[in-house]
Amino acid sequence: MANTRGAAVKYDSVQKSYDGETLVVKNLNLDIPPGEFLTMLGPSGSGKTTCLMMLAGFEPATHGEIYLNDRPINNVPPHKRGIGMVFQNYALFPHMTVAENLAFPLQVRNMNKAEQEEKVQRALEMVELGAFGNRRPAQLSGGQQQRVAVARALVFNPELVLMDEPLGALDKQLREQMQYEIKHIHESLGVTVVYVTHDQTEALTMSDRVAVFNDGIIQQLSTPDDLYEDPQNSFVAQFIGENNKLSGKVIDIQGEECLVELGDGTQLKADRVNVSAVGDQTTLSLRPERVEFDTHDSMDNLVNARVEELIYLGDHIRVRMNVAGNDEFIVKVRNRGEKRTLNVGDTVPLGWALNDCKALDAVV
Amino acid sequence: MSDTTDGQVLTTQDGKPLKAALAKALRREKLRALLLIAPLLIFVLITFVAPIADMLFRSVENGIVAETLPKTAFALREWDPGSGNVPDEEVFAALYGDMVVAVGEKKHTRLGSRLNYEQSGISSLFRKTGRRIKRMDEAGPFTEQFLDADKKWGDVSTWQVLKQFSPKYTDGYFLNAFDAKRGIDGIEMKPADERIYMLLFGRTLFLSIVITLACLVLGYPIAFLLAALPLRTSNLLMILVLLPFWTSLLVRTSAWKVLLQQQGVINDFLVWTGLVSEAGRLVMINNQTGTIIAMTHILLPFMILPLYSVMKTISPTYVRAAKSLGANDWTAFWRVYFPQSVPGIGAGAVLAFILSIGYYITPELVGGTSGIFISNRIAYHISSSLNWGLAASLGTLLLVAVLVLFVVYDRIVGIDNVKLG
Ligand SMILES: Nc1ncnc2c1ncn2[C@@H]1O[C@H](COP(=O)(O)OP(=O)(O)O)[C@@H](O)[C@H]1O
Ligand SMILES: [Mg+2]
Repeated sequence: MANTRGAAVKYDSVQKSYDGETLVVKNLNLDIPPGEFLTMLGPSGSGKTTCLMMLAGFEPATHGEIYLNDRPINNVPPHKRGIGMVFQNYALFPHMTVAENLAFPLQVRNMNKAEQEEKVQRALEMVELGAFGNRRPAQLSGGQQQRVAVARALVFNPELVLMDEPLGALDKQLREQMQYEIKHIHESLGVTVVYVTHDQTEALTMSDRVAVFNDGIIQQLSTPDDLYEDPQNSFVAQFIGENNKLSGKVIDIQGEECLVELGDGTQLKADRVNVSAVGDQTTLSLRPERVEFDTHDSMDNLVNARVEELIYLGDHIRVRMNVAGNDEFIVKVRNRGEKRTLNVGDTVPLGWALNDCKALDAVV
Repeated sequence: MSDTTDGQVLTTQDGKPLKAALAKALRREKLRALLLIAPLLIFVLITFVAPIADMLFRSVENGIVAETLPKTAFALREWDPGSGNVPDEEVFAALYGDMVVAVGEKKHTRLGSRLNYEQSGISSLFRKTGRRIKRMDEAGPFTEQFLDADKKWGDVSTWQVLKQFSPKYTDGYFLNAFDAKRGIDGIEMKPADERIYMLLFGRTLFLSIVITLACLVLGYPIAFLLAALPLRTSNLLMILVLLPFWTSLLVRTSAWKVLLQQQGVINDFLVWTGLVSEAGRLVMINNQTGTIIAMTHILLPFMILPLYSVMKTISPTYVRAAKSLGANDWTAFWRVYFPQSVPGIGAGAVLAFILSIGYYITPELVGGTSGIFISNRIAYHISSSLNWGLAASLGTLLLVAVLVLFVVYDRIVGIDNVKLG
């Protein structure tokens, strides 16, 4: 398929309420440059679909303006927006064959027959379904239907494609395969993609940038590695990847560092991310794989912890420990083939670097 | 699979053939299923299938001549109506013997009224002859005595009717239902002014089609609304659709009389607005218009409900998908929504049409003479003229017509495309 230019999207203080009482989307500002793969990630009910529907034109924004290539589109009906869309359940027309489904957007654009056929065939080949044009959607497997839906959303060369949890109905293996395929199609075509999912792995694998939604608000908008390494608040730290939480109180602040005292009096040094003053309550966030058993005295933080449970997972061992009264503290130990030396009930020293321990807001 | 390929028969552990064991197991299952449905099956057989079969059988059954006049019927076998002469003395003698018995048992009048359906005048012929039979001379000759009693015994046509109906089974009712009769040279159509059943069949079919289409045109948008509105509103609307079911059919039909008659509400209103002059009041009842309006109203829910249940299953994302692909509202409806609602149209149309084709009360009340259906004529023959054989043959024809239409419909639309929900 021909390379398409991507479109630029801009949400400008968009708000949305369905019932006039609660805001489902609260003051959304979002700039999406041409050609970007942007993912809206968040738990169910956080307003992702609503944002997408406002962009597609199926829901009016209660307040604010949405721009497509700098053109305000609030008053443009959906069929004139030229936005491709992949729905969660694919929404392939059951009474048409695959080829007819793909030809539909071309027919309504009054393209001539020969050109239609050529484009349909090329789109089918792009998703490796060249021989399936005459089948009905019901005669295809879930993964094949998914590909048809993607091909149909792209066949009329839109500059922007929206996908609302398109892989939600597939099994794990197929989902992973489709993630790569969609990613490659995006790279080869250059269209802008706005992708909605509640699956953080999916978001991290596919996206250029991820907007983490909660409660109608973008909690953080960053590249995948930033989200993981530098979460800006407890929600993001908790939602992306695995995370240990320790609650405490800030007792000292030195530039970008702070000192936090936990409930049992343990004092830990942490990266000051989301605390403003001494005396604030805070949640420390620490990734399980950054905690070390081979401690040495120069480490920023050292604590003694009791082993509560050992879970053998092949490539690594998950150790559930009690740290400063929190017995949900998880540590991942890489399996190096040594004889296991840890036993339940042992008390061992743990250590981690200041930079791996983020002092975030206290909620959650 | 392997039991045929390598020529060996698979067996169970104790050596019985596997297929036989399987069949036995399945037979038990089937028997149990049959026992479960047995009460209903028996009920349906006794109250539904048997009476209908009996009724249909009446359309060809015709024992009465052979029972009342057995010797005459036998003697008439030799007689050829084509000869143009009345039968000979032998037949009259047989008739005398039969009539004496029949009059004694008072069965001759029944036969007379039965044969009167075929040719008017026969009823009085039998009554008259019955009164004279005791005074006839037992020694004969009988030809003159019968001719003396009534000159109709000298008509070939009288004897022809007797001969035609002397076998136990007859096609006479069906011929009648087709507006045909058996003349001297075989089957012929009745004179044009006596043909009424084919006209009625034609009208019934035509009006039923019109009514079905009217139901579709009026019902489709309502079903669409029902399926599209939020639940609370659509429930309210659904109650309005179902409301007629809770009102007596007679009340609804009578209400149409009040509305549609010449001094009725609608005409009064039209005159009041000046759209129609006092002299030009519209005739909307006791004719086909009345039948169409009232029947459409009554059958509308039967169109709406199947349509609604199919439309309810059409996800709104299809229309959204169509719009996102560039289709405007109309194209999205026509190319994407409508084709998916066709099974509902099929179900609703079949339901409305089949109900309409056999409808009786409403055409009777508001149809006048030009708006009545074949079913009204059947009812007339059942309850007024007591010609059950003709009623049965008309009913059979109606049934066959519906079945034929059903098959045609299946060929065109496909019955698997019909969904009730
Ligand atoms: N059509 C609607 N009418 C009323 N409320 C809605 C509608 N669609 C979504 N909502 C509400 O808006 C909130 C956000 O929904 P949605 O955008 O679908 O979230 P997500 O896609 O992130 O799961 C939810 O609380 C949901 O109940
Ligand atoms: Mg959603």
